[in-house]
Amino acid sequence: MAAPSGSLLFAIGVLNAMTPILLTAIGEILAERAGVVNIGLEGIIMLGAMTGVMAAEAAGPWVGLLAGLLTGAALGLLHAVITAYLKGDHIIPGIGINTLALGLVPFMLIVHWHSAGQHQVPSYARVPDIAGYISPVSLTAIALSVIMWYILFRTPWGLVVRSVGENPEAADTVGIHVERVQAIAVVIGASLAGLAGAFMSLDWLGTLTKEIAAGRGFIALALVVFSNWDPLQALGGAALFGFFDTLSIWVKNTTLKQVVPSSLINTLPYVVTLIAVAGVLGRVRPPKHVGVPYKRE
Amino acid sequence: MEALLRFGESIVALIIGLAIGAVILYYAGYSPWEAYYQLFYNAVLDKYGFARSLAEAAPLILTGITFAVGVRAGLFNIGAEGQLYFGALGAAIVAWLAYRMPVLNSPLGTIAAYALGVILASLLALIAAVLKVWRGVHEVVSTIMLNWIAFWIVEFMRIHYLFDPHDATKTIPVPPGARLPILLPDSELSATIIVSVGFALLTYYLLWYTVTGYELRASGLSPKAARYAGMDPNKSIIIAFIVGGVAAGLAGAGEVLGRPPHYAITSGLSNLLNMGFDGITVALIGANHPIGVIFAGILLGVLKSGASYMQIFAGVPLEMVRIIEGIIVIALAVPGTLHMVREYLQRRKKLTQLREQEAGKSHGFEGSGLQPSGAQQQ
Repeated sequence: MAAPSGSLLFAIGVLNAMTPILLTAIGEILAERAGVVNIGLEGIIMLGAMTGVMAAEAAGPWVGLLAGLLTGAALGLLHAVITAYLKGDHIIPGIGINTLALGLVPFMLIVHWHSAGQHQVPSYARVPDIAGYISPVSLTAIALSVIMWYILFRTPWGLVVRSVGENPEAADTVGIHVERVQAIAVVIGASLAGLAGAFMSLDWLGTLTKEIAAGRGFIALALVVFSNWDPLQALGGAALFGFFDTLSIWVKNTTLKQVVPSSLINTLPYVVTLIAVAGVLGRVRPPKHVGVPYKRE
Repeated sequence: MEALLRFGESIVALIIGLAIGAVILYYAGYSPWEAYYQLFYNAVLDKYGFARSLAEAAPLILTGITFAVGVRAGLFNIGAEGQLYFGALGAAIVAWLAYRMPVLNSPLGTIAAYALGVILASLLALIAAVLKVWRGVHEVVSTIMLNWIAFWIVEFMRIHYLFDPHDATKTIPVPPGARLPILLPDSELSATIIVSVGFALLTYYLLWYTVTGYELRASGLSPKAARYAGMDPNKSIIIAFIVGGVAAGLAGAGEVLGRPPHYAITSGLSNLLNMGFDGITVALIGANHPIGVIFAGILLGVLKSGASYMQIFAGVPLEMVRIIEGIIVIALAVPGTLHMVREYLQRRKKLTQLREQEAGKSHGFEGSGLQPSGAQQQ
């Protein structure tokens, strides 16, 4: 196959950049539709990236991706127990998970791989891309956004999830097991974030670094708002962020570099996120009881 | 009583953190006893080690105040990190100016550095505040974005304008006349700890002894009730962000003005990284109360300072302390851990009581035909 053109490479770059954000956002949309906010997505991405590499080096890339998924699920379960079952605050456990990840990833980099800053993932552990460029995980992410939309808006279980997020008291009265629905939603959501992390280390970047998430967990949270808690709209939003993420890398390689220094270009994805979230509020509608622990009277 | 319970919860969380940390240490091949011994012995019982602990605690107390004041107003200001960077930037700018304006090589320079740092940090905080009040943007998202934006802006300034001609990896160091006095000779401890404790006490006064503080706390507990009482919750939100920005700005400027040996901002902001996030842990352990924050700050200062001794003497990577921090925060997120511990102990007591009763009954038992399983008695 002939080498792809510059613009095709750029498009593939956008596809790669949008995948982790899209996956995480789809998962979080499910969780928030059920009424639970998970701030720990950033930490889950990092830990998913880490366990993904550990598992992939032992048993291949697909096991690695699975490990990332399961790590996310385990952390999601922890979050679900604290928020849905024990009625704890939604924000604090997330901060704890993020802090834990910020410590555990560099710690394991030193203890497990004896490297202080980053670890290059060996090629046998990396996810094989279709035609060498397009990741199966990216295609899965896009498919998932459609599937999640269908689940949320066209299936009975999706209606159950949405009712729990809108009005848990009514759902409880009708016999819906609120805590269990919330827990399932959070676990699935966090699994996708873990998968996103494994994708980053095993597929897109091919390395594991201390700061691998670089705010993507929070950008995903912003994307959830920006897409009005709709997985299909998340597709568009993720593409937008992926575009600016890739753009900032590409601009540094052009003559524009002389004019605008790279450190300022690095602010681009974050500025765009900020403007997007600020611009769209007032025209989006969150689930009514999102972030509020459901306490029975 | 309420305060005692909350203090107990922090202790339980600390124990859980240290315990799970010990398990991780063990499985990573280190000796937990050696690690913790080196950590606590050096950071508390050694004069220079404790001085170092206090030096580490100083910025954490302030960033803890940032988060704590936010929580009291009902919001989650996790922007201390970026505001801290801007505080340091202000001090670095004044340091740079001081070489062109010798009048700044003096306590005047110190004040100017603090002032500029506080102003820059507050402006950053104000952005998040305005976005929240005007556009309803959740501060968790906006402050994190602003943290990263601030990081790159400060890096930009460091690389292109404020660099030290002799060592381009740092900004120009603060001239000796403007530096904060060192409290213990040959140590790292400077007057920053006094600034930190002082500001924490000031915040305590502000929150509990002024009308503005009362309104802030009321808005935090129930914005609707506050509005009904004639207060303006939006005003409280803005004030909370500004106070938080001032605190973080003081922390950042203090790190430049009062931290030997650099007195500057280092490459990648490495001497400032994560002080904002550690402030969140401090605030949570300190129950979001300024006095609690002071003590929690000292505790975390001990942990952080001890971590380097732990790394040197027991070979454990520094980041172990961050792992322990994370576990402590998660444990604190579980509501009523103390209650759970008490219930667990009560249940165990009841179980042993029941077992004793069964054993007692098997000797003088008459009547209802119940046989304790396996008991041989006639």
